[in-house]
Amino acid sequence: MPTAFTVMDCAILARTTGLAVQSLRELRDALLKAEPESIYYHFWGGLLRPTFDDPEFINDFAVWAWRELRDRALAERLAMVDPAAHATIEELREELLEVIESHLDGLERPLWVDRDGQFDFLAARVTVIPTRDTIVTPEDLPGGLRRFSRGSLFYHFIDARRRHDESLDDLRAWLGGFDRTRYAPLSARLAGVDPFQGSLSRLRDQVLDAVNRGLAEVPE
Amino acid sequence: MSALLTQYAEVVGDAVVEQLRALARPLTGLRVVHVNSTRVGGGVAEILTKMVPLMRELGLEVRWEVITGDDLFYSCTKTFHNALQGNQVNPTVTQLKAYEDTNLRNAERLRGVLSGAEIVVIHDPQPAPLLGHVPERKGRWVWRCHIDLSQPHRPVWKYLLPHVAGYDGSIFSLSSFARRLPHPCYLIPPSIDPLADKNRDLTDREVAAVRQQFNLDPDRYLVTQVSRFDRFKDPVGVIQAWEMARRYVPGLQLVLAGGTATDDPEGAEVLREVQEAAGQHPDVRILLLPADANVTINALQRASDLVIQKSTREGFGLTVTEGLWKGKPVIGGNVGGIRLQVHDHHTGFLVDTPEGAAVRMRYLLSHAGVRERMGARAREFVRENFLLTRHTTEYLALFHTLLEGRAERVDVA
Repeated sequence: MPTAFTVMDCAILARTTGLAVQSLRELRDALLKAEPESIYYHFWGGLLRPTFDDPEFINDFAVWAWRELRDRALAERLAMVDPAAHATIEELREELLEVIESHLDGLERPLWVDRDGQFDFLAARVTVIPTRDTIVTPEDLPGGLRRFSRGSLFYHFIDARRRHDESLDDLRAWLGGFDRTRYAPLSARLAGVDPFQGSLSRLRDQVLDAVNRGLAEVPE
Repeated sequence: MSALLTQYAEVVGDAVVEQLRALARPLTGLRVVHVNSTRVGGGVAEILTKMVPLMRELGLEVRWEVITGDDLFYSCTKTFHNALQGNQVNPTVTQLKAYEDTNLRNAERLRGVLSGAEIVVIHDPQPAPLLGHVPERKGRWVWRCHIDLSQPHRPVWKYLLPHVAGYDGSIFSLSSFARRLPHPCYLIPPSIDPLADKNRDLTDREVAAVRQQFNLDPDRYLVTQVSRFDRFKDPVGVIQAWEMARRYVPGLQLVLAGGTATDDPEGAEVLREVQEAAGQHPDVRILLLPADANVTINALQRASDLVIQKSTREGFGLTVTEGLWKGKPVIGGNVGGIRLQVHDHHTGFLVDTPEGAAVRMRYLLSHAGVRERMGARAREFVRENFLLTRHTTEYLALFHTLLEGRAERVDVA
């Protein structure tokens, strides 16, 4: 029997990186030298920040293109850049650059904003905290998930993808220690969760739904 | 769980308080000192009044020290404050000497406490030179800048830079407030305390008593701005907006309620300008409230239909947070931290002019359902993002980071 799942929490502390841009061309240049941590932050950090930004433009680059540059086509293209589809931040950086450079090629006039609308490249320090909560068996997951804080959701379903191969979340990694055949439906349901669509509250609902459906499919 | 933590858990939920306790556990006994320049008045003092006891409750050994100075010192730091927010003003040589001498005197008084602390948090420019006077310090020192430094008057910033460059890190409320410094700059928005007299729930009777005290008619609409009498808060612009809005909202009442801070010598002069702008109109109340009038301010915000904060420059704007927490839509100046809190059609409206404020007053006062929906959303927005518990969580995360060095990841386990 695998050990119990230890619920972790995390706190994010944002920091500046010193890079700030006011035009699309400057954004391209800055992306060439931005810290990997910063690119990561601008894809995922928004989930732990106060915002009412348009949730369909999931990453900060897309939101900036939409709200400040006011370029709908660029915002749409940037919103479709999927970090989960890339094994490394460098691959992700390349796709961002490709989208921006191809957009720049088609522009007839420069896209820029005034100082108030500039894009500040940030990064974050993550502090990981153990909680005293554990989940003993997969069948205990629904109750356990309801107790997860926002930080726990972030740590186990988003941060986890950087810690495991094949973008696994922590639950699926833990389930791997049980009878794989028995819990295959549950793992498959969890694999279908798209953590990139909306808020952490929505993510909790998605995961709970996947767990409930997956457990219903587990053989007696 | 202690009584205090139980009270917070009732407001923010058990998971948030449990996270605080988990973060604090490895920091038990950590000697932390906060230093600022006033015990009462202003947002910094308000935050420390509540954060220090909470950190102590979590097991840290926290002290709050206040530097003391004379009028010349405070006139110098007020000039700094204005200059750092963009005004082209310079302190005199005499003022600068007072600034440096005052810090030296305070360093001598506080040397024992500061040199032995493991973490020292210096708030704003007033005590910034203390670092240079404590070379034997053992702990990590961080400069907490509550001011918007995005476009400072450069000569003043160049003067201050050597005083802050030597810190182990800085904290700013927003990325747009930060300047390039030779150490990490962290971003931590401030907060309000839901248990404080200024923010706790009040009974209808308490609110009615304050209405009666200031002769406010409960049957007519009321708009309130609470802030120091400071030109950056644009109180005269608020009066202009009220004058325009009352053409469409007859009988509209306006309250401008300002406290005083011991480190703000310009307040009296601005108050006179505001009184002049308001004339003798019976529907405008200009209230100069003592620093401890927290329940009064709370009741005024709750008695209002809208809260306004029409600043032209703003740090974070905690009065906005307070208004939102009372479930009121806020009409806020499109500057600084107000932009982080006021989201058009969600929690209120951002405005750039007195006309803009008047338009939004007129709209919101004629749409009760919109006011109610925005107000409910505003309160939840603050609950999730701008309460003292979140603020303390980030400070504790910062302490871990400062103690661990520059690692991108700190594992408390």
